[in-house]
Amino acid sequence: MMFKKITRNIKSFFSKVNWSTRNVYLTVKRAIGGVFRKFWSIVTQEEKRIERNRMKLDFVLKYLNLDGKDIDIQLDLDIAEIRKDLVEKKKALSVTYKKDKNQSVLNELNTVSRVIKYLPDDNRTINRKGDRKVETNKFIKAMIYLSPALILLAVFTFWPIINTLRLLIYVGYTESDGSIQGYTIFGNFIKVISQRGFIRPSAGTFSSALINTLLMAFISVPISIVVALLIAAGLNSIKGLKGFFQTIFFLPYVTNTIAIALVFKFMFNENFGLINTMLGWIGIDKVNWLSTNANYWAVMGVMVIYSVWDSLAFKIMVFLSAIQGIDKQYYQAADIDATPKSKVFRKITVPLISPMIFYIMVTSIIGALKVYSSVITLINEAGEIRGATYKMKTIVMYIYEYLNTRAPGNLSLAAASSVVLFGIILLFTLVQMQASKKRVHY
Amino acid sequence: MEIVLNRLTKVFVAKNKQETRAVDNLNIVIPSGKLVGLLGPSGCGKTTTLFMIAGLHKPTAGRILFGTEDVTKLTADKRGIGLVFQNYALYPHMTVRQNIMFPLENLKVEYEEAVARVTEMAKLVGIEDQLDKKPSELSGGQQQRVAIARALVKKPRVLLLDEPLSNLDARLRLQTREEIKRIQRETGITTIFVTHDQEEAMSISDEIVVMEKGVVQQKDEPQQVYYNPTNLFVAKFLGSPAINVTRGEIKDNKLYFGGKFFVNKKAKDGLYDVGMRPENFKVAETGSKVDVTDVDIIGRDTIIRFNLGDQQVRALVDSETVEDIKEIKLTIKDEKILLFDIETGKVVLDSKKER
Repeated sequence: MMFKKITRNIKSFFSKVNWSTRNVYLTVKRAIGGVFRKFWSIVTQEEKRIERNRMKLDFVLKYLNLDGKDIDIQLDLDIAEIRKDLVEKKKALSVTYKKDKNQSVLNELNTVSRVIKYLPDDNRTINRKGDRKVETNKFIKAMIYLSPALILLAVFTFWPIINTLRLLIYVGYTESDGSIQGYTIFGNFIKVISQRGFIRPSAGTFSSALINTLLMAFISVPISIVVALLIAAGLNSIKGLKGFFQTIFFLPYVTNTIAIALVFKFMFNENFGLINTMLGWIGIDKVNWLSTNANYWAVMGVMVIYSVWDSLAFKIMVFLSAIQGIDKQYYQAADIDATPKSKVFRKITVPLISPMIFYIMVTSIIGALKVYSSVITLINEAGEIRGATYKMKTIVMYIYEYLNTRAPGNLSLAAASSVVLFGIILLFTLVQMQASKKRVHY
Repeated sequence: MEIVLNRLTKVFVAKNKQETRAVDNLNIVIPSGKLVGLLGPSGCGKTTTLFMIAGLHKPTAGRILFGTEDVTKLTADKRGIGLVFQNYALYPHMTVRQNIMFPLENLKVEYEEAVARVTEMAKLVGIEDQLDKKPSELSGGQQQRVAIARALVKKPRVLLLDEPLSNLDARLRLQTREEIKRIQRETGITTIFVTHDQEEAMSISDEIVVMEKGVVQQKDEPQQVYYNPTNLFVAKFLGSPAINVTRGEIKDNKLYFGGKFFVNKKAKDGLYDVGMRPENFKVAETGSKVDVTDVDIIGRDTIIRFNLGDQQVRALVDSETVEDIKEIKLTIKDEKILLFDIETGKVVLDSKKER
């Protein structure tokens, strides 16, 4: 009622203004209404059609006293596809029958042809024009469903990517007034690559942002995968307190990274940290982990231990659920064949969850190549250890530094270095996909 | 090698402390070199029994003997059994060859010998040309054979099959049935298999063990079980179309249904559940005229539905013997009529046949 009243008011308002405005109103209204009605009918009619066909099919199957076992029918298939399958089956059966005149084959052949006869109408009865219409309708429907994600992606992913590419060709771009001093193709890349500290090591040291990041990634990821696999296998085989241990191992995942990193900083304190105290118990001298003049490998060690521990929770969870998804009968079969536990793990558990291991490996390497927050919290924003010649910077920190110092042209350098990072990630992912072809069993 | 199950019992305790007696005081002897079918409806404890023989389930009470050796306490790997799972449990990431060879690797068999044995097994089950394929590339029947080859390759003392044919389509089922029988004959291995399909059990087993609610109902040769069931459950479970069971009365060696005389039957006077298999009825001039409700002529056979007392029963007779559909006279031989006690459901034997 309320709605009608409002529309009447609007109508009466427009009837008072001149005709041309009124025409515009009517056209717009018809267009909007039409679009809505169209969408609505697509959504409802399509579903009704499918439902109707399914009901018919159910009826046919019941009528023929088939429970879907004697002939292979999958109910969730399109009816046109079922018909196609059945016709193929019929052909195959008639060929076999011609060969050996088997009574049971003949019976099956008769059943199949009967089912084909009673199958409900499918898309075949709609003419070509109708077919195309259904296709377009499906596309529109898909777009409606996808639109929220597409809009967000467009704003936060596609547009920034286009902007990154735009920035690459600018020389001396200033953010505040948008002025540029010229164009270049590889200039920004050359500048970034030749600069000391990014790919080339800085003076007096072998470390650079790239080397630091790669070391962290390729030491910590394999260790964490192996450890997570072993813990997951262990968790799967214990019986009591399973939930308790799962909670413990999952806690790091729901804890703030910065908070964990701060705890690590205290644990690795040279004088009163827990780690050095514990090392003292077994007679090892205090190690200078993160303080002034700390050794590069000591710092790297802390970073690796931190990354492994931090990423463990998620990996354990994924592996555990993958292991729990393995059919118990594989283990029973292995048990009957007297397979040792270690072999069961290597030859059955690991291969059967290899898709998950591969997925975790690729995503973890990508994540590790983008490492950032842990270094900042454990060391500092510049990645500098007091008194040391090297810097524990990562690639993302490097990019961030360009973005943060507002000199002209720095945005282009940030864009160039992020493209380099993208290239590195792409390269390693492709290598992994190639290497995994023989080892991952889907 | 003979397998003896002595007072075997398995009780499952659910989380709410509720106890289920899956197998209850089972006493059976499975003769050496025979193919024995454990038959029963789902949930009757047949797979549990099989898994206890395999060593995958631990019995709550009772003993399992292989020959004279007590294996009750032995783990699955030490019992020397081969088990074929219902869904085969072939390792999907290994080739057929690797799958069959897997048990041999654990037994530390020399590589050359292992290869020879794998080839021999593959030939036995007829998959020698499929050895380098993955299980997913094989048909259901071929997967089944790979599973049998994997179970047999380590030369087990006993072969156990869990619902071996349930995942196959009708045509393949017939073929695989023959195949299992042939493999068993060729190897002479004591074989136990589990099934819920009475036709399957009847067609391939040397002996059938019919189970219900964890208790053995009858154990005998297939034909014996069919013709001489010990109780109503066994009679109803075997045979297709199913046996007719009607309440009837015997008076002076005559069988009456709802007060009407049907045929002669020598037995003590009293009320019984009368079991008559549809195919045992004969059309005969000497028979009683029956109250026919429906007649289906299906080629060679004719199904006659008629009322006996207040129940409808079916008779399966030769089409040629039926001349006039309106006037059908049926009879059944005395010894083909099974009488069951109304309360216990046990078969009532006349004095001559008493064992």
